[in-house]
Amino acid sequence: MPDEDLSIRASALNHWFGAGEARKQALFDIDLRIRRGSFIVMVGPSGSGKTTLLTLLGCLREIQEGSVLLLGQELRNATTAQNVRLRRRLGFIFQAHNLHESLTARQNVLMGLQVKGRMDREVSDKAAAHILTLLGLSERLDYLPANLSGGQKQRVAIGRALVGNPDVVLADEPTAALDWETAASVVDLLKQLGRARGTTTLMVTHDNRILDRADRILTLEDGRLVGDEDRT
Amino acid sequence: MSRLLTRLLGRLPIGWLQLVHQRGRFAAALSGVAFANVLVFVQLGLMSSMGVSTLRPYQFFQGDILISAADANTLTDGGNVARQWMLQALADPDVVDGMGLFVAMVPWDRGETDISLTTFGIDPFRTAFLAPEIAADIDVLQVQDAAILDRLARGLTQEEAAAIRLQTPLSFETQGRTLTAYDTFAGGGGFVGDGYLLVSDQTFLSLFPARSSGAPDHILLRLRPGAQPDAVVDRLKTLIADPTLRIRSYADAMDEEVRFQQTQRPTGVIFGFGVLIGVLVGIVIVFQVLSADVADHLREYATFKAMGYGQGFFLGVVVEEAVILGVLGFIPGVIAGWGILTLMAKVTTLPLFISFGMAVTVFIGTVVFSALSGMIATRRLAAADPADLF
Repeated sequence: MPDEDLSIRASALNHWFGAGEARKQALFDIDLRIRRGSFIVMVGPSGSGKTTLLTLLGCLREIQEGSVLLLGQELRNATTAQNVRLRRRLGFIFQAHNLHESLTARQNVLMGLQVKGRMDREVSDKAAAHILTLLGLSERLDYLPANLSGGQKQRVAIGRALVGNPDVVLADEPTAALDWETAASVVDLLKQLGRARGTTTLMVTHDNRILDRADRILTLEDGRLVGDEDRT
Repeated sequence: MSRLLTRLLGRLPIGWLQLVHQRGRFAAALSGVAFANVLVFVQLGLMSSMGVSTLRPYQFFQGDILISAADANTLTDGGNVARQWMLQALADPDVVDGMGLFVAMVPWDRGETDISLTTFGIDPFRTAFLAPEIAADIDVLQVQDAAILDRLARGLTQEEAAAIRLQTPLSFETQGRTLTAYDTFAGGGGFVGDGYLLVSDQTFLSLFPARSSGAPDHILLRLRPGAQPDAVVDRLKTLIADPTLRIRSYADAMDEEVRFQQTQRPTGVIFGFGVLIGVLVGIVIVFQVLSADVADHLREYATFKAMGYGQGFFLGVVVEEAVILGVLGFIPGVIAGWGILTLMAKVTTLPLFISFGMAVTVFIGTVVFSALSGMIATRRLAAADPADLF
């Protein structure tokens, strides 16, 4: 697979936590190539290193050993400014919604657009309203998070991650708080973005129903990549 | 407000939205900033009134050069000056006239309250040395034991002051003599005395028999029009080479006394420290509020970091909050400060007020120091690690 078709390429990736005698290896020799536009699900038991891998690929942690090429940029020894610029091309969906309590649903989503620079207010307002409508929140645009249910908050967080048309979406159990119908619509939306815009999604989940929709399933155990099933 | 800030900042006004989201904390923060402003305004008002009241007696006279004793830091202290130096100074071609100025405090038993008047003994025939308002009525001082009384003196009611006329003078006992006030002028209470009294030099000497007509407290000189006071001062210092004398232009004497009162006298130093404490209180309050606010939003800030927002954005948000607190806290601060100073002015008759310059200075200081507090508070943002979000 040529590099230009890849969103992510990890080679001989190792990672440790702690120092001295308490130093513990969390990832072992991870080699991974993820094609642009694919919908990848990562599974594995707790403590298997899924989240660590997600944070390394999302340039939220420093690469200690090995190499990660994200959207054509090497993350090893990347500067803070390079990491910040690269993160603007990603969409993060966290297990906890992490919405800003003082901002309405629409304003929280606008934060995902604003990071890319100044935009016409009307255009960005419409884009935020559009993505929230797609996620079934057209009636809740101006609600504060405190007035939304858990599932609604998570959908706002998903909207915030997707509104800026990210090149890569990194998601950690994003559908845990959603009913199946909503979860399925979110997965369909992510897959549709992959087809239409080449958005790559790497999702950690334990939901077996989502596994059925994945293009590829990666399995991690004890910090090692033990399974890589291509379902396309 | 939200729309205006969005327009100004070119982004969502997160700082403003965060502040108004927690209204209780916002109100407490504004009260804190307002309180600090009140502290600063009251102290500055006192300092400024010290300057104004210090200069007040200088405005009773008109002169170009003042000769005083070397230890005379103010109009009311220091030793005497031999009149012979006035005659010596008149030898300078630019000096056209001179007048000895006597100064002493005179007590006035007003029954329940005793007041103390700063009394100037002047030559009633040298009207050119007096401010026009005083010069117009100075003839009465040619009568022995006649006086012109400060109508704004503490302890003197407005009705009493208004009743003082040539036909209805006010007599009072002091220094074992009976003085009669035939007219009034506008002075006002200060930090040294409760008001002022003008008498002739002859009346002054009869009030203070130990004083000598040949040794006034100061010598006032007038120069010919167009003469440079500084140049004449330099010449006089050569002509009168007496180290026990202080020869200054009248303008320099005023500046030096204000500086002395504000930086050397305990009251001035105390007011100066009061201003400093007000500023520190303001900084601590704004820092505490913003620091707590940053700590409360660490998870949200970490999320923004993960999304690609840089340090400049966070600094902008916290400084935005700081500036809002500074601006909005200033408004009740200036109103309360004005009210307190007005009340204090009524009670003390001191010239206490908030000048436009003072208000602008405090406003700029409030905003700058609030912004500085905000910048310090952003150090806590280092604890917002986006990797911890997963």
